[in-house]
This record gives sequence, structure tokens and C-alpha cells, in this order.
Amino acid sequence: MSIIEVKKLAKHYRVYRKRAGWKASFNGLFKREYNVVQAVKEVSFTIERGEMVAFLGPNGAGKTTTLKLLSGLIYPTSGTATVLGYVPWQRDNAYRKRFSLVMGQKNQLWWDLPAQESFILHREIYGIDSAQFQRRLDELTDLLEVRKLVGQPVRELSLGERMRMELIASLLHSPEVLLLDEPTIGLDVVSQRKVQGFLRHYQQEQQMTVLLTSHYMKDVEALCRRAIIINEGEIKHDGPLDEILDRFSSVKQIQLQFAGTELPEDLERYGKIVERMPPRVKLEVPRQDIPKVLAALLDRYTIEDVGVQERPLEDVIAELFARKDETVSAD
Amino acid sequence: MSSSLRVKWCILRTSIEERLVYRADFMFATLVRFLPIVTQVFLWGAIYQASGPGDTKVINAYTYGDMVAYSLLVMVGRAFSSMPGLTTGIARDIRDGSIKKFLIQPIDLIDYLFWHRVAHKLVYYVMAAIPFGLVFWLCRDYFRGWPDGITLAGWCVSLVLAFLIGFLIESLMGLVAFWFLEVSSLVFVYMLVSYFLSGHMLPLDWLPPWVANLTLLLPFKYLAYVPAAIMLHKYNHAALALELGTGVAWVLILLFLNRLALSRGLRRYSAYGG
Repeated sequence: MSIIEVKKLAKHYRVYRKRAGWKASFNGLFKREYNVVQAVKEVSFTIERGEMVAFLGPNGAGKTTTLKLLSGLIYPTSGTATVLGYVPWQRDNAYRKRFSLVMGQKNQLWWDLPAQESFILHREIYGIDSAQFQRRLDELTDLLEVRKLVGQPVRELSLGERMRMELIASLLHSPEVLLLDEPTIGLDVVSQRKVQGFLRHYQQEQQMTVLLTSHYMKDVEALCRRAIIINEGEIKHDGPLDEILDRFSSVKQIQLQFAGTELPEDLERYGKIVERMPPRVKLEVPRQDIPKVLAALLDRYTIEDVGVQERPLEDVIAELFARKDETVSAD
Repeated sequence: MSSSLRVKWCILRTSIEERLVYRADFMFATLVRFLPIVTQVFLWGAIYQASGPGDTKVINAYTYGDMVAYSLLVMVGRAFSSMPGLTTGIARDIRDGSIKKFLIQPIDLIDYLFWHRVAHKLVYYVMAAIPFGLVFWLCRDYFRGWPDGITLAGWCVSLVLAFLIGFLIESLMGLVAFWFLEVSSLVFVYMLVSYFLSGHMLPLDWLPPWVANLTLLLPFKYLAYVPAAIMLHKYNHAALALELGTGVAWVLILLFLNRLALSRGLRRYSAYGG
């Protein structure tokens, strides 16, 4: 049985439609207009034990709503979902002891106290054995390099340090399922890498099932092999991360460094120039034309260095999200 | 210790630690709370045109000494029943989504809020014990001596009821935020109404009979009037037992309403989004 099973899950809700101006504000006291937002539209997917899956989509695509449904924070409008065999929105305590939700913009630690006080409270709430708790706390604080900071009030920690403390609080009870909503949002590059490295290591070691939403493709590329792309509440892609490039990007990039200091003038005939830094240039060329174009370039010019690479995943996904009206059939 | 008790104890301990972080602000707030009682003593002195604690002039069955004693005892009752920030705190957590942690963790929101509040009160009593003792010692001549043991025990129970009823009314108002999101107007109305109906402003038996009878049917009297009236010998033992029994019934009713509001509210919150 899959750890997470979602079938035709949908979530619609009403939002107050406020028109501009004082007259509309006054009228709103007596009669209000509402819009129905279809945050999630009958999505279906399954996730197996030990998988780490990226859940991608632009703002408002339905990612966080889906995570809220899976953590039992909200009820669906229709459809079913089970996580570890439990229906999340029944909020069974047995289920709540076996999963964790980390939201990058929400704080679950006591602001004015050292993080260790929150950890001790978690120990009691989740009924963790004292020796096991200490062992796990030592391990997590070492892995995340915050052992010296657990006695410092949370309000005095940097955002990156706080996020690492949040992760520790979420993992102390050894959840089997971890739902991560933008865990690196707002973090500097060093903190992002620390969190990524930790998550990769810890997930592999514990064989946790992880569903991750992130706008940082670096997170996704570093951590996940599988991606589910959701846009306007619908799943647009569910499969290996590599497949996204094959499927949604018909071009590759050729990076060239010419001899001398200048660039040849007629490079456009070989492909679309995406970056020009003489004597280097980056061209986008249809996949099937790569051998032919490369041969022609090497034949005609003196080239000191050459490289062929995929387009950055970030660009491909951004382009995919921008194609709002275009229907991209799911596999 | 059972795991449930361990969780409660841990919430209590952590909340006490949190409360002690801002020492200067807390001590200042504690001391400032004694200022109104000074104005009350002067106010009642002016109303009675009294010359001292022993003045025998009687208004509505209260001497000047009784009124000062009543005001002091109301201050003690309010120290148990007032819940600064509880309603607005719950509403804020609902509005900004902080309430999520209570939905994803195996913890009960009302239980958590209760022990958190107990911690705040315990710290307050410890900090305020000396100023309270000093004020009562300075005003000892306004009291008619110690009541008997049963009345004293009844007073202690009434203070616990004041805390429970105050907590449950204000948490219930906070839970209303599941429907209205903003409850500051409700808090304002409650403060006005409870100032009057709890006996904070005047003893309830000073009010016209029909108003007094009405207020005696409501739970607000337990917030200030009942503890003060017990210490002023207004109840015989049978009436005391009945009053406290009714108070317990109010606690049960309010607890049920809290549970109902939480369950319905969470369902609404969850159905809406957030």
C-alpha cells in the first residue's frame, strides 16, 4: 500500500469579493459578493514509502492547500486521501504522532525562550522516551550545526538558525511522513545548502516519505528525483524530474568560447543567443540539431572551449507556468 | 505521572519560564494594578463623607468600612477572574494561522490555553503577594474580622470558580473569531458589561431589585461579587453551598460551550481554508 494515496481530491472555498471605493465598502455591510476559488481540482497521485517528491507550481497553484489537506488542517470539498492509512482531516492523535508539517513562514517554537524549552515540550506532547529524545536531539543539532544555539532565545536567532530549529522540532518524534512547505524561503545561500544537505542525508538514513514544495529549483534538484507539477489546481506532470526537461524543453544550450576577444557576427544562424559575454556565448539549439550545429561551428571557427547542457530547470518550469492557457497533457 | 499530566506540567513550567522573561514590564504592570484601589478608597470616602474606617453611616446595608473592604476583595476576585489578552490572543492565532500547530500536534487547544493561563496567574500571585499583603494590612481596620473556617474555605473555592469562569467566558469569546475573525468590539462590550454585572463597579445588591435579580442569574457575578460577598458574611453556610454549586454548574455549561465552539469552529476554519 502507498504511504500517501490521493484520489480526485478537490478543495473549493468562498472568498469575499471586495470592490474598490467607499460606496462598495458601505454596500458590503449589507450584501456581499463571493467568488468560489477552486484551489485544488480533483488531483490524484500516490507516494511510496521513502520517496522524496517535489510538489511544484506557481503561487496560488494549490500546493500549500494540498499540503494542508494532507496534514488534516482543512477538509476537502470532495475526493479522498489517506496518509499512513489515516484520513488526515479526522485528526486522529495516532496520525498526528506519525507525521510533521513544516511551513517556512510559520513559527512553532516559543519566541522568547531557548529552543530547547520547545523541544522538551515536544518530548512530552509526543511521548518520546527521555534517552531516545536526548540521542535524537544530539544527532539533529550536530547535523544541523546548531548545538551551541539551543540555549539561546529563539528571537535572537537568525532566520536560517530558526529554520533549522524548526526542523529539529518537527523531527524529534521521528515522523514517517514529512510535509515541507517552502523550508528554505528567505534563507541565505549558506543556510539553504545546510538545510538541503541535512534533508538529503536525514531522509536517506531514516527512509522518511517527504513531500516538498519550494520555489527554489536548487532545493528540488538537490533533493528530489520525482516531481509533481500543479498549476491552477490541476496536476500537469507527475514523473521523474529529468523527464520535465525532455518533455517540456525542446532545446539544449551550447556554451562556446572563441579564440581571441571578439564574437563572430553571424552566430544567430546557428541558434538563439541567450547570453553574450565575448569571447563566450550561449546558444539555444533544438535537441535534434545539436550534432549538426556543433560540427558546423567547430568546422568554421577556432573554438577554445565547448559545452552542451540542458536548460536550467528553473527556466523550463517558469516557462511551463507561464503557459496558463495551454493544456499540457499529463502522462 | 501519566503522560497527560506530564504534558500539562510541561506547559505550565514552560509558560512560567516565558512569563519571567520580561521581568521589568511584568513588575511594573503588577504594581500599577494597585493604583485604582487608592482612588476607590478616596471615592467611597467622599461618597460617605466618612471620617475614618469606623464611620457608622450606612448606605444600602454597607458602611464605609464595608465598601472599602468590598473594593479590596473585588480586587482579589478580579486578580483571579481577569484574563488580559486571552480573547484577543486566540483571535489573533486564528486570524494569522498560528492556531495550525494545535491542529497538527496531538495537543488540545483549550487544555493548552488553560495551563498557559494558570502559569501566568501563578507568577502574578507570587509577584503580587507582598503588595497585596501590604495593602490589606494597611486597610485592616476596614474589615470586620476573620470569617469562620467554612466561609474561608468557600471563599477559596469561589476564587477558583472566578478563575475558571473568567477563563471560560474569555476563551469562548476568543473562539468566536472562527466566525468573525475580529473580536475587539466584542471584548470592549464584554469589559463594559462585566464591569457592571460582575459587581466590579458596585455591589450587585445595590442595584434595583429587578436588575439585581437578573444579574444573580448570570455567571458574571462569580468574577467579583461572589468572592467579596462571601468574605463580607453575606451568605450563611447553606446559601454559600448553593451559590458555589451553581458556580460549578456554570463552569460545566461554559466548558461545554467552549468544546462546542472549538469543534464547530475548527470545522468551519478547516472548511474555509486558512
